[in-house]
Amino acid sequence: MDYGFVLSSALGEIATPTTAAYALAALGLAVHFGYSGLLNFGQAGFMAVGAYGFAMTTIHFGASFWIGLLVAVVASVVFALILGIPTLRLRADYLAIVTIAAAEIVRYVVTTNALTDVTGSADGLAAFREDFLRLNPFPEGNYLGYSSNDFFYRFFGWGIVIVACIAMWLLMRSPWGRVLKGIREDELAVRSLGKNVYKYKMQALMIGGILGAFAGMIFTLPRDVVQPGNYGTELTFFLWTCLLLGGMSTILGPVAGAMIFWVVLSLTQGLLTGLIESGAVTWLSTTQAGQLRYVLVGVALMLLMIFRPQGVFGNKKELAFA
Amino acid sequence: MKSTALAAHPPRTPRMLVAAGALLGAILAVLLALAPAAVATTTPSPSPSPSPTQFQNTITGFLRNEGQPLSGVEIKVSGEGFEGTATSTQNGSWSIGVPTQGTYTLELDESTLPQGIKLAEGQENPRTVTFTGTSNVSSIFTFGRGIQIVQADFGQQLLNRLVAGLSFGLLLALAAVGLSLIFGTTGLTNFGHGEMVTLGAVAVFSLSAAGLPFWLAILLALAGSAAYGYIQDAGLWKPLRRRGTGLVPMMIVSIGLALAVRYVILLFFGGSTQQLPYAQSPDIQLGPISISPNNLWSLLISAIVIGAIGFVLLKTRLGKATRAVADNPALAAASGIDVDGVIRLVWVTGGLLAGLGGILWAYYRPGVNFEMGQQILLMMFAGVTLGGLGTIFGALVGSVIVGVFVELTTVFGLTADLKYVGALVIMIVVLLFRPQGILGRRERVG
Repeated sequence: MDYGFVLSSALGEIATPTTAAYALAALGLAVHFGYSGLLNFGQAGFMAVGAYGFAMTTIHFGASFWIGLLVAVVASVVFALILGIPTLRLRADYLAIVTIAAAEIVRYVVTTNALTDVTGSADGLAAFREDFLRLNPFPEGNYLGYSSNDFFYRFFGWGIVIVACIAMWLLMRSPWGRVLKGIREDELAVRSLGKNVYKYKMQALMIGGILGAFAGMIFTLPRDVVQPGNYGTELTFFLWTCLLLGGMSTILGPVAGAMIFWVVLSLTQGLLTGLIESGAVTWLSTTQAGQLRYVLVGVALMLLMIFRPQGVFGNKKELAFA
Repeated sequence: MKSTALAAHPPRTPRMLVAAGALLGAILAVLLALAPAAVATTTPSPSPSPSPTQFQNTITGFLRNEGQPLSGVEIKVSGEGFEGTATSTQNGSWSIGVPTQGTYTLELDESTLPQGIKLAEGQENPRTVTFTGTSNVSSIFTFGRGIQIVQADFGQQLLNRLVAGLSFGLLLALAAVGLSLIFGTTGLTNFGHGEMVTLGAVAVFSLSAAGLPFWLAILLALAGSAAYGYIQDAGLWKPLRRRGTGLVPMMIVSIGLALAVRYVILLFFGGSTQQLPYAQSPDIQLGPISISPNNLWSLLISAIVIGAIGFVLLKTRLGKATRAVADNPALAAASGIDVDGVIRLVWVTGGLLAGLGGILWAYYRPGVNFEMGQQILLMMFAGVTLGGLGTIFGALVGSVIVGVFVELTTVFGLTADLKYVGALVIMIVVLLFRPQGILGRRERVG
């Protein structure tokens, strides 16, 4: 087995656009759960809304990249409003059930055959990145081993992640962020100070949702195809694993969590495949090895939650639950 | 044995790890034992000449009529200097290997169709298919009873769907009772309940594929489901409760468990959909209603079991104790009720009922699949929320409403692949106007 190759391809996962998308979506979850205490189990829905909002505007109306981006953001804000109005006044677990249900509604609606002309049903939509690539400032050439376009996807994805991290860091230090943390700690106390708790929660839901929509776009642009199968409930659970790995009430935690998540996934896949091919492991097929990794994700999520709920970088005092 | 594993002292972390490990180990062991059987039967029976493994490129498809697979139907394939015939297998699938990626003509031999079944109107036969850069193309023939379907009047259809919906709603209620009881007694929103449903169905399939008689397979599967509930509580949830873990972390732990178990099932069971024994049955006419015998059985079994649960909860001491714990665990403990014992019983019963619900769900869909529990989990949540989170009879009422609603939306013109959306939408709408649900009380919501 070529350990060097397994290791280098695993480390290559750190910079992929997919990792950037996971980092950004997990950052959105940190805003929701880590800072505001909102249990959003529908982040995959926000990503789907962003990705489909962008793809459908670009394909059906021939709109430019920026219009598509704007539509994706507006769509995610509307989605947050629809979710927030019935549930933000209720107990936390209601929000959990409603968000997971809403994300599934989105997935069912874009999968249905009745809307094939609009959403492409199960096959999804393809070819919408042309205008995006026209914005590519890098001339043809080799950038750190990536082609010009591949480098641009990474530049775009991680650029947004960095901007979002700085913005969230400033936001959470602002008076607005302190009120948000206050709501997480003791909603009644904040309410007694005359703050409109409902409004603050709604704003947090929208901001995290916008980050999710951007994540959906970053996820889908390099693939140039958006398919409903990618936005199932598993995606949300993986994002939660990233969030809890890094630490839920930190800015860099979700980003580091996403990197760790993908490196470990790739590393285990590489090692298992290597072991199977060299004949050391005979009781697994390569497909099964891929599935075994997700068993490990589930177990990791359980163990993290039980033994280290603050994550790798988190502070135990800042847990959203006592 | 129980006392050593669950000592009164708060368990230290190593013991927790051992417990969690033991739980997964147990699941793995059960599935490992079942695996060879499942593998033996899931390998698709090869089509006659030429075998699909002979060539890399395949043309595949499924033949289903109103959800029932059609077996033994011949499809002739010709083109690119190749000729062959595929025959559909037990589960309605057919597949044929072809030498090159080109254009082929498919012809379904209508004389091999079962009696009374015809291709739907407008179905091209013969038809041509073309490979577009992939090594597989699929082609779907749809069937219909032709003129009969067009003439089935609206009232008749409404009545049929109503009965089917009632059958679905009752099996949903069966599976959801455990979810609601667990929430009521421990406060945990159990996202792992769907996998309890899947396990019941997967166990019946694997055991009967291993050659056990059908009734024994069902009994063992139910026992296994109950045991899964017991192991889960003893190995995971009780130690977590002792540790004073909060409800939100426990909810996330249940998600982790759901993911792990779902992929363990996928690992051993595979991604395909399998049919339980006796899954095929033609509809029978019962007065004005036409219903499949499986749905009728499902309806009767669920109704009887739910009646029994209602009786136990209302009329026996045990039921009274359960309701007391659901109402106020601290007060129940103070009045001498063994709260942990009641919770253990709730997990065992919940597991048993979820397993039974899973078997019935496998006949209703029809088919066993590793994702079937995840699919029904949201329907259960919808039913439980609709009826009132934490109320026991609310779960029954809510589930039946969801079941009937899901079936009736197809009569009123919603396409079948969106029928579950309707239930999720009404759940959200109900939360807008009556967040405590139909039978819930306001103080539970705050």
